[in-house]
Amino acid sequence: MGIRGTIYGVNGPIITIRGNLGYRMNEMAYVGEKRLVGEVIGLTKDATTIQVYEETSGLRPGEPVEGAGHAISVTLAPGILYNIFDGIERPLEKIAETGGAFIPRGAQVDALDRERLWQTHITVSVGDRVMSGSIIAEVPETKSIVHKVMLPPGTEGEVIRVQPDGAYTIEQELVAIRTADGREVPLSMTQHWPIRTPRPVASRYPADRPLVTGQRILDTLFPIAKGGTAALPGGFGTGKTMTQHQLAKWCDADIIIYIGCGERGNEMTNVLEEFGELVDPKSGNPLMDRTTLIANTSNMPVAAREASIYTGITLAEYYRDMGYHVAIMADSTSRWAEALRELSGRLEEMPAEEGFPAYLASRLSAFYERAGYVENLNGTEGSVTIIGAVSPQGGDFSEPVTQNTKRFVRCFLALDKSLAYARHYPAINWLTSYSEYVKDLSGWYETHVGSSFIDCRNRILNILTTENRLNEIVKLIGSDVLPDDQKLVLEIARVIRLGFLQQNAFHAEDTFVPMEKQLRMMEVILHLYDRCKELIDRNMPMALLRESDVFEKIIAIKYDVPNKELGMFAEYDAKIEEFYRYLMETNA
Amino acid sequence: MSIEYMGLSEINGPLIVVEGVKGAFYDEIVEFSVKEELGGANAAEKKKLGRIVEISEDKAVIQVFESTSEMSLLNTRTKLTGRPMEIALSEEILGRTFNGLGEPIDGLGAVRAAEYRDVNGQPMNPCEREYPRNYIRTGISAIDGLTTLIRGQKLPIFSGNGLPHDELAAQIVEQASLGDADDGSDGEFAIVFAAMGVKYDVAEYFKRTFEECGASAHVAMFLNLSNDPVAERLITPKVALTAAEYLAFEKNMHILVILTDMTSYAEAMREVSSLKGEIPSRKGYPGYLYSELAALYERAGIVKGAKGSVTQIPILTMPGDDITHPIPDLTGYITEGQIVLERALHQKNIYPPINVLPSLSRLMKDGIGEKYTREDHQDVANQLFSSYARVGEARDLASVIGEDELSPIDKKYLEFGTAFEQEFVGQGRNENRTIAQTLDIGWRLLHILPKEELDRIDTKILEKYWDAANVGTGEAQAAITEKQEVCHGSEYISD
Repeated sequence: MGIRGTIYGVNGPIITIRGNLGYRMNEMAYVGEKRLVGEVIGLTKDATTIQVYEETSGLRPGEPVEGAGHAISVTLAPGILYNIFDGIERPLEKIAETGGAFIPRGAQVDALDRERLWQTHITVSVGDRVMSGSIIAEVPETKSIVHKVMLPPGTEGEVIRVQPDGAYTIEQELVAIRTADGREVPLSMTQHWPIRTPRPVASRYPADRPLVTGQRILDTLFPIAKGGTAALPGGFGTGKTMTQHQLAKWCDADIIIYIGCGERGNEMTNVLEEFGELVDPKSGNPLMDRTTLIANTSNMPVAAREASIYTGITLAEYYRDMGYHVAIMADSTSRWAEALRELSGRLEEMPAEEGFPAYLASRLSAFYERAGYVENLNGTEGSVTIIGAVSPQGGDFSEPVTQNTKRFVRCFLALDKSLAYARHYPAINWLTSYSEYVKDLSGWYETHVGSSFIDCRNRILNILTTENRLNEIVKLIGSDVLPDDQKLVLEIARVIRLGFLQQNAFHAEDTFVPMEKQLRMMEVILHLYDRCKELIDRNMPMALLRESDVFEKIIAIKYDVPNKELGMFAEYDAKIEEFYRYLMETNA
Repeated sequence: MSIEYMGLSEINGPLIVVEGVKGAFYDEIVEFSVKEELGGANAAEKKKLGRIVEISEDKAVIQVFESTSEMSLLNTRTKLTGRPMEIALSEEILGRTFNGLGEPIDGLGAVRAAEYRDVNGQPMNPCEREYPRNYIRTGISAIDGLTTLIRGQKLPIFSGNGLPHDELAAQIVEQASLGDADDGSDGEFAIVFAAMGVKYDVAEYFKRTFEECGASAHVAMFLNLSNDPVAERLITPKVALTAAEYLAFEKNMHILVILTDMTSYAEAMREVSSLKGEIPSRKGYPGYLYSELAALYERAGIVKGAKGSVTQIPILTMPGDDITHPIPDLTGYITEGQIVLERALHQKNIYPPINVLPSLSRLMKDGIGEKYTREDHQDVANQLFSSYARVGEARDLASVIGEDELSPIDKKYLEFGTAFEQEFVGQGRNENRTIAQTLDIGWRLLHILPKEELDRIDTKILEKYWDAANVGTGEAQAAITEKQEVCHGSEYISD
């Protein structure tokens, strides 16, 4: 039984209790007769401040508040995958069973199913020494993922009792250990972890492996490392959510945690439907088998929106500890920052820039620093990659959330309004985006894809930058007056933009492109460029080169060459040679 | 429950402080009885409603929905009602007119309530939502063709003062609901109209339009005009949406909700927030502007298993035509797209003056194509967007070097741009186009450009429709007409 107090004041999601009753900071509390979930966020001699994760209308002064005695935390056990939770890990499907189509207040449901039996294989035997993070059992959680039951951090000892393999609920004892001080500790599949505390790791590795996404502009121009951090800022309608969906579908992480933070309800429904139907290309099972959704839509209580980001990353760290590569899609971190602002306003704190609290930057950095490629306590390797969408106010990247995020991420994928208006997707602007991982990952690209990869990538980016410079001139005087070699740069840049950067998420072949094809596409485009350059150097006009359909053919490679038949690229190389020979013969 | 508290501690605009209250809860509705002046013992009493917006122990801050004039610290008695803001609902609300609190103002007496509902609503569980897929044909090319409206969507109109957003909304209502004879198979259609701080003329315009098209029996109007109390304005959209949810999910109707003008709603919120002494964030709006807007917009949608739906068309006037102003900006982040009206097009006398480039319908991709409209829809839309974006570049260039100096292809783009604005975007106030007509106009306009320029259209589709649409007579055109009928038939089949 926790500390009991009574409500003194209510202001939106913030309630106050008079006096200091001994609550601890970040302690979970049950508020009012409906036992709404809340968290202690402020303590003074005179008052305790609690933020409530549910709608507070109907609360009256005098109603009881009970402390839970522990910090706000999540339940970790099998059953997390293929599930959809709200911001404080309450399963929305279970809530719907009792509450119907609308979410009632004070819904009392367990985070995970306590009745369900899981086929369990115990991996330790009596007499084994086990430590923090040691794996004691394996449970096939979904067809794709084996859940590894681990010792909670901070426990260690000797195994004294082991249950036989079989079906168990998440609360039944699997193994018992005796700790150094002689206590006997029974262990089940379940552990709890406070959401605001990072789970411990043994050590961190440098980020030297890419998160392969199958999206050309990301994999080649602006790669994200496993265990890295990326921000995806863009005004509304620029395709943040589409890009996040594409990454969630195709990136080569083992587990996806998708946090819909203050976003649209229909979008979450869409993810739920689509991911249940789509098949993971690696395992052949539904994508939902490796996915967990955390949905705090924009009309759900604002305090839970603030918590949803932490809930998500704690789940991610838990799977990382099992040795998996986890990717988090946070859509969108701006909503989370705005939740901070809203709560800060209600607490009457002194605002900093644009009304955001002064601690915005430190909260953002604490969040992004929970990403990383690590060695776990049990010796396995795992990673948490964070890809956070940012919704800048007015599409203006100079606002505080974008600027502060930029300080803590190493990959910045700026979505561009004018590209989106022209329906160029993904609308990632290649001039303002950057990735600091290119150098770290070049070794991997050279050994795993091809030695020319980084070189090709740099040349492609170079052509695009040159195009931008030339476009400044074209804007003033038109393209007709440019010399032919510059016209060629514009033409090749067009081929790159249409044939390489633009990627059709709705096209069966184009939605995911393997690295090898990406490299071959770059090589073919550059081959074309080199040959055209030679022709131009022999004073052939660009107009003559344009008569050929070779440019259009190469633009269409993304549709015409199936991902599995990369042999077809030889035809394109031959075609370029033929085009070159023909022009040389007829015009030289 | 019916203890009355004599007197007030403070009046500040629409906010009132009462001390010594016992047992009041957050968001509770209170009733004031105000004694009229100079009346002596048997003076008449005026009733006013308010809502508790902040409470600490026995001190309640109450927001009064009506004007606080005539109230003094002494002449007012306060009674707690013990319930949150509720409205009376039944099917009878259709055809009726209410004030911003849901009280009838058409002189036809109170609504016989089948049910009372809390106007605050509850968030819809994302697992219980049905993803919207059935499109609504509005008969307006720029919307149907490029930013298709889907049943259960929230698609706002971003406008400016003096632009014809009211006409556009009225035309959508007329053509989407009752313009079609073959609408019979499809559940009932009704309109919930909420006016927040609009001018009398605007409310009157809608009323007249509904009457003229014979829809007024299917409309519930909630009017808070610009001279009505500000605090009432904050509750108006909630009342209207509660009515819409009731009709949609209890009575299985397809409800189109028009909310106008969201800017006045947000201004009202700012006014009250500043009186409460809250810390302002952007441009003086309170930090919870996003959450409050979301709480309204997210009430659009379809519930699994229900036959009805709530579709929202909020209208907002962008202050200074600035799309980055907090109100349109936050709205755009919540709604599923936007239809943007542009002054320059309006000045060219193009109706509806929709600038298609910043306009968007997020749900369009799943509601069009072979099964819903026509297989070439997405490709034609992409191509029109992309080509029209190119028109902008050509115009910029022309303004620097003059039109004569443009390359032949850029000249073509200029020609395409003008034709697109005149013929595709522009249409009559009463013109109701089918999807096939819209797409055919699109194809016809694309013929202005050389075929090689059409890089967004799948080769197969291009081969199939390029010639068919070409200045079409004869068999090819017949093929299209036939298709048109097939898809027309399927337009209104809901699940």
